[in-house]
Amino acid sequence: MNAYELIVNILTALGAYEPVLNIFKAHGAEYVLKVIIVFVEIVVLMAFVLVTVMFLTWMERKVVAMVQVRYGPMVTGPRGLLQPVMDGIKLMGKEDIIPEKADKWLFTLAPFIVFIPAILVFVPIPFGDYLIISDLRVGLLYIIAISAISPVAILLAGWASNNKYSLLGAMRAVAQDISYTIPLALAAIAVVLFTGSLSTVDIVNAQSGTWFGIIPKWFIFLQPLGFILFLIASIAEMGRIPFDFQESESELVAGFFIEYSGMKFAMFFLAEYAHLFAVSAIVVTLFLGGWNGPIPSFLPAFAVPLVSLVYFLIKTYAVIFFAMWLRDTVPRVRIDQLLNLGWKIMVPLALLNLLVTGFLVTILANGVI
Amino acid sequence: METDELIINLGPVHPSTHGVLRFKLRMDGEIIKDCRIVLGYLHRGTEKLGEMKTYLQFVPYTDRLDYISAMPNNYAYVKAVEELAGIEVPLRAEYIRVLAMELNRIVNHIVSIGSLLLDLGATTMIMWGFRERENALQLFEMLCGARMTFNYIKPGGVREDIPDGFIPKLNEFIDDMEKRIVDYEQLINDNEIFLMRMKKIGVISAEDAVNYGMTGPALRGSGVNYDIRKYEPYSIYPDIDFRVCVRSEGDSYARYMVRIDEMKESLHILRQVVDTMPKAEVVSSPKYGIAPMTGTASTVMTYFPRIFTPPQGEVYSRIEAPKGELGFYIVSDGTTKPYRVKIRSPSFCNLTAIPEMVKGLKIPDLIAAFGTIDVVLGDVDR
Repeated sequence: MNAYELIVNILTALGAYEPVLNIFKAHGAEYVLKVIIVFVEIVVLMAFVLVTVMFLTWMERKVVAMVQVRYGPMVTGPRGLLQPVMDGIKLMGKEDIIPEKADKWLFTLAPFIVFIPAILVFVPIPFGDYLIISDLRVGLLYIIAISAISPVAILLAGWASNNKYSLLGAMRAVAQDISYTIPLALAAIAVVLFTGSLSTVDIVNAQSGTWFGIIPKWFIFLQPLGFILFLIASIAEMGRIPFDFQESESELVAGFFIEYSGMKFAMFFLAEYAHLFAVSAIVVTLFLGGWNGPIPSFLPAFAVPLVSLVYFLIKTYAVIFFAMWLRDTVPRVRIDQLLNLGWKIMVPLALLNLLVTGFLVTILANGVI
Repeated sequence: METDELIINLGPVHPSTHGVLRFKLRMDGEIIKDCRIVLGYLHRGTEKLGEMKTYLQFVPYTDRLDYISAMPNNYAYVKAVEELAGIEVPLRAEYIRVLAMELNRIVNHIVSIGSLLLDLGATTMIMWGFRERENALQLFEMLCGARMTFNYIKPGGVREDIPDGFIPKLNEFIDDMEKRIVDYEQLINDNEIFLMRMKKIGVISAEDAVNYGMTGPALRGSGVNYDIRKYEPYSIYPDIDFRVCVRSEGDSYARYMVRIDEMKESLHILRQVVDTMPKAEVVSSPKYGIAPMTGTASTVMTYFPRIFTPPQGEVYSRIEAPKGELGFYIVSDGTTKPYRVKIRSPSFCNLTAIPEMVKGLKIPDLIAAFGTIDVVLGDVDR
């Protein structure tokens, strides 16, 4: 069941679905209602992602400030909560500069190509019981594929800016993205071996319940190595600090978005934080049991999605906090060291992990033990 | 594989050039084939100004050389003037000078390490460092009212005696700092990524380092046991027990570690200075000798003549500034203004070794190696 059916159920429970459907049926346009409901889903998702992103920018500053014995934003709103809003207003008011020698079309296009996949990747992510836009049968593959679009846009942005620094930054970002997508995918496949399905809902459902009544059946316990590999690779994919080559400000000033200003810059910024949230959500989905958690049986049925959403958000924010914490305590590695780590250590380890998992799954499935 | 060469211009406006330095890099892909340093973006004609100002008027200009650590700059110039004019300095003033300079050495190393880590992408160290630096700056503020450009050490002594309540606050700072250095080390020293970025990067042999005229922590990181405080002792350093921190590796990590060790040594020196500081006068004058001073600024100012004429002659005097050997060469023609002031600044000489260090490395290594050289552009361009 997905969010579409959830909305239909809610409307039915309110007694509103049948009459409305009949009105549309009378005109022979049932599909219009479907489109409207899907549209509502999209609006809710967009709003959720944008609010989350704004919150994350605030949280990032607060976490950094906490580590660095500072206050962080404090002036706008309670504890500076409205700071992202002010930032948004400021960025909208900025002049939109397109460099003279830049390729204007590509330069303008690139921020959108970065931003759209960052939203699209949320489609098969299960935020809670029923709270999924679409339970694709190839959900995991879809996520990895959609994430792979952003390097194209980054390369586009770097090349179109016609600036040496941004081109270098873009090329680094692409090299990094490609070399870390492989261990990322390999680590994810190991999980798929357990579930036998690429559907994110199936993956989450496979992690429900506990062993011996205490240890939750999360894949982190079956796949500790896979979890670590996936986490490192996803932080590299996000381009966050130990691996933030796309920016690496102390070498390349700002990397591929050096020439961007105003809302175009904001698009990159939004995409970056949307990506952070998405990747953390995927980590939670694959390894930390998704929205699974002890749901008391006395709760009414309509509360179950909400409680599961809360579990999901708690876990996701824990992963996000880890990423932010990491950013504050470690320096950046060098690009060749990063690629060495990716190809010479992580890919072999991920393959080994896959091999061992494959053996175990086959043995268990055939009942040898 | 042969690839096209790419000329990359790093600076003069770049986040990690610590000011307005410009590198012209000839790159083969990501490898630096050749590095040329282009200087002069911060040139203010300080040496010429020295010829146009009287001996006392020039002291504030020395603050602007290495603005991170201005006290040693003051002292280096004042020491040269005193040697030139044969001015006797009261003992307590020397103690206060050493106290101020060692405090400034700690501040300098904090900023140096902090900005090095910032260049490597770790933002926390500089924030932690600036917390302690703030305490030190407040101490300076108590001493002379200024936080960065002090104009505190003047010919014949210091501008005023240390105020009431300074010593307890200094002791507090020393105790606090000792714990903080441990914190820094826990944050940085064993960080695997930090080691990856620093070890065997920017290596310079002892011989090369000497030939390039490197001094200070950058030289001692290459295993040369050379510290002017020990080998040409000045002020009260002969009476003070301290160790010269040397490491033999000659890489970026060694230079970083020398700075951490030196901070500890400076704290050790500060403790001794506080314990043994005599209660006596603060200022002397070429006319009246050492004065029975009460310590207020106005009396000190009036006691030492604003315009004085040292005898004809020349002097080269050098000290161990936090960044290395800081020397002043002054020629006097017997008038109220020097005939020539030449500044031998540590940043400039240490910087010349960069192209040798980074040949065959990558841009991030250049940034790391440059960070460990610890350069202030005000000191380079003068």
